[in-house]
Amino acid sequence: MTQTIEPQVESTSEDEIAHQPLGVYTRPKGGNGWRDWVTTVDHKKIGILYGAAALFFFLIGGIEALLIRLQLATPNGTVLGADMYNQMFTMHGVTMVFLVIMPLAAAFANYLLPLQIGARDVAFPRLNALSFWVFLAGGLFLNTAWIFGDAPDGGWFGYAPNTGIVFSPGNGMDFYAIGLQITGIASLVSAMNLIVTVLNMRAPGMTLFKMPVFTWMILVVQFLLVFAVPVITVALFLLLFDRNFGSNFFNPVLGADPLLWQHLFWIFGHPEVYILILPSFGIISEVIPTFSRKPIFGYPFMVFSGIAIGFMGWGVWAHHMFVSGIGPISVAAFSLSTMFIAVPTGVKILNWMATMWGGKLLFNTPMLFATGVVSMFTVGGLSGVTHAVAPADTQQTDTYYIVAHFHYVIFGGALLGIFAGFYFWWPKVFGHKLGEKLGKLNFWLMLIGFNLTFGPMHILGLQGMSRRIHSYSPGFGFELWNMVETIGSFIIGLGVLLFLINIYASAKKAKGQPPIGPDPWDARSLEWITPNPTPIHNFDEVPNIEELDDFWHRKYGKDENGKIVRIASAEEVCQDGSATDVHLPSPSYWPLVLALGFPFIGYGLIYSLWLCVPGGIMILMSIYAWAFEPPDDPEGNHDDHHEENNDGVTQEVSVD
Amino acid sequence: MTDNEHSVGTGLSNNKLLMWVFLGSECLLFGGLISTYLIYRSRFADGPAPGDIFDIPFTSVSSFVLLMSSLTMVLSLSSLQRGDYRNTRLWLLTTALLGALFIGGQVYEFTTFLREGLGYSTSPFSSAFFTLTGFHGVHVSIGIVMLMSLYVSSMRGNLKRESSETLEIVGLYWHFVDVVWIFIFTVIYLVPSPTS
Amino acid sequence: MSKTEIEHSEAPNDAEEEHDHPSDNKYIQIAIILGVITALEVATYFFEGMPGYILIPLLMIMMVIKFFYVAAWFMHLRFDSPLFTKFFVAGLVLATVVYAIALTVFEFWHKG
Repeated sequence: MTQTIEPQVESTSEDEIAHQPLGVYTRPKGGNGWRDWVTTVDHKKIGILYGAAALFFFLIGGIEALLIRLQLATPNGTVLGADMYNQMFTMHGVTMVFLVIMPLAAAFANYLLPLQIGARDVAFPRLNALSFWVFLAGGLFLNTAWIFGDAPDGGWFGYAPNTGIVFSPGNGMDFYAIGLQITGIASLVSAMNLIVTVLNMRAPGMTLFKMPVFTWMILVVQFLLVFAVPVITVALFLLLFDRNFGSNFFNPVLGADPLLWQHLFWIFGHPEVYILILPSFGIISEVIPTFSRKPIFGYPFMVFSGIAIGFMGWGVWAHHMFVSGIGPISVAAFSLSTMFIAVPTGVKILNWMATMWGGKLLFNTPMLFATGVVSMFTVGGLSGVTHAVAPADTQQTDTYYIVAHFHYVIFGGALLGIFAGFYFWWPKVFGHKLGEKLGKLNFWLMLIGFNLTFGPMHILGLQGMSRRIHSYSPGFGFELWNMVETIGSFIIGLGVLLFLINIYASAKKAKGQPPIGPDPWDARSLEWITPNPTPIHNFDEVPNIEELDDFWHRKYGKDENGKIVRIASAEEVCQDGSATDVHLPSPSYWPLVLALGFPFIGYGLIYSLWLCVPGGIMILMSIYAWAFEPPDDPEGNHDDHHEENNDGVTQEVSVD
Repeated sequence: MTDNEHSVGTGLSNNKLLMWVFLGSECLLFGGLISTYLIYRSRFADGPAPGDIFDIPFTSVSSFVLLMSSLTMVLSLSSLQRGDYRNTRLWLLTTALLGALFIGGQVYEFTTFLREGLGYSTSPFSSAFFTLTGFHGVHVSIGIVMLMSLYVSSMRGNLKRESSETLEIVGLYWHFVDVVWIFIFTVIYLVPSPTS
Repeated sequence: MSKTEIEHSEAPNDAEEEHDHPSDNKYIQIAIILGVITALEVATYFFEGMPGYILIPLLMIMMVIKFFYVAAWFMHLRFDSPLFTKFFVAGLVLATVVYAIALTVFEFWHKG
């Protein structure tokens, strides 16, 4: 088996089934090459697709950041004009939030969640594929704004009426609104899919409180998405209608209230930041116990604090609006609620530290990144607590102090956690580890570069440097730290480059080698019971689960003195991937075709309404074709998992 | 399907669970549009105010029509569950027709308002009103398309008793759209509105 | 080692087949109730003198009753798994609370 991502040879019976001559609607056959990837409904391939796409956008967002830093390296910089600067920081923010962190979390969620709960795939495999292609379509659509000369320039938060047609007359904000609507659809569909998956498709014995913390955090995130995405959907529609159809939602001349945008955006926006961070919290909740050789400290607290964060996250949004004129009572109320939300997160930090305390610590690359999260997020959380104090925030807001805060939590928290996940789960996905030496170098460069870039921003912010401005004048004393920050940002860039080199070098080294054996990290959760890389059918047989960290307990028991001893080797416990008669959902073209309809509609709304027609037709046609697509096994035994995917034997007109 | 005594799933259909999760999310969508309307209903600029322009008797009739379509929807499902395919189709068609009648009423209402000086761009109130009811109307229309698709499916002999869940799920969507209108009718129309 | 089986925890619609379905007559009865309530609601329109603090709670109550009937009976919630109700109610409650707070910040209650 090579290290490239090729599907294992599927059993011939599946090939025969897929070949059934059913005319136009024949399901594509699974196979090799690009066709396999564009028609896949396999959660693992979809996870890899999300990861690859997100890394691509990460590079774009990173270049945008470096350009910003070049502009700000010196006073009165001339790298970017004001207009271009606005586009740059807007696109950097939108890209990093929506096209990098969220899909990277989706990559891990898609790949791991079914494995961690003992399922063979998600509840709706074609919907899963749809989510990816729609996301990709939206992300690419948004970025074509650069090509058409008019990238969005109203900030990632898009405050109206500044982003309305009067003050943003170009097409940029339409790309923003439409692009985010499209990616919003992807998130919503995926969230519903994963919720049903977790609720219905767990292996026998896998009760909710035996699921890994990572799965729990992802589940909470899906609920946040399901309820938060519709709110930004409303906001974006209102903006689109104002800009294109003459409505007056944000037209103060006729009596509209700009705060409407802010409320709608932040009612979404605050749960959104928990959507960004909880997956990484979940990732490190797997990594830290593994490399502390101890179970996670306080599992129920980890689960409940995650749920608490999910709930409380809905009650704090107007802390983004303390200086918007909402009035002292509202400010006080939201200030209070914001202070409270620090508590469940604090619980998590303490529990991670308690997990490490007394453990046999191995500071390999994943563990370094995970430890980085705990420490860097704490810094970001502390500055966050200072924002909660509304009078203090009045000074901090719109300065670089805020920029420091959210980069510490998003980069230091979410992104470092994702890198921990990369290094930890790379062998599971690709059958070989990423290089340790390069990995450590990658980590240290990123950590040092990150702190050099964002640490000084606390100082600059409190000294009064405004955010969202394209240049600063000399003589304020901002020069030194800005230069340090720019240097820091390039060190980050170097770190990222090393990561990419590591990917390439590890793949090259692994070429021609047999894949890494089972359970390379001596880990705790169920995904490690399968060989590496994971076979296409996941489990040879679905395991019965008896306890939390069931996989671990198959390997370790207690001797008569109560000491933990190894009772079985990895080879004995792990499956060998040799099952050949597992029935899997067939691939399908329609998710891709459906997704392609959206950019047509998008360009149509911006340039010529006629383009909406083919877009609409593609979408409608795909829905019908999808609904009437033959089931993957027309002669199959109805006792198998037909209900798991929506290829019912009956021809449904499904709403998906 | 064999029951596994260790089975820990909810035991509920994936499709139905999906629809309920979706309906939960739709609450946030319509809630946003309704809240926007509520904030803007007194901001009617120089145009007509809601109290001046709403025709409660007329809207009551179309509301009643939509309400009754929920009955016919549920009768269609109950027919299908009994294997009575003819009545399944009859009630499906009736539901779709009632829905179309409701949409027709909306169209009439909108064109009347337009003639009376309430356009989409007239004021924040007008934009909010038309957007909210427009979104609702689009949801109804999509529902009608789904109902007619089921009708055609049934005509072709493809909608059988065993697959009644499909119709049930479309029904859930339809009832939800009706329930949203129950809310809209009361909060937007019946609660006394500002006049100019 | 156990056989290679496709094990999963999905159960069919057994649960639903076991409980009652309301009869068609029951549904029609409910529809009549809904119609009557609607008529009452519309009647309030003609009661010009009714003060707001009576009218609005009255309308809200009638609205909630109609809502309940459609959700519990037509949408079958009272016969189905409580999980469905929980999802729906979760969305409803969250929407109500969040938007009510937003409206409060807009000082809607004493203006509106």
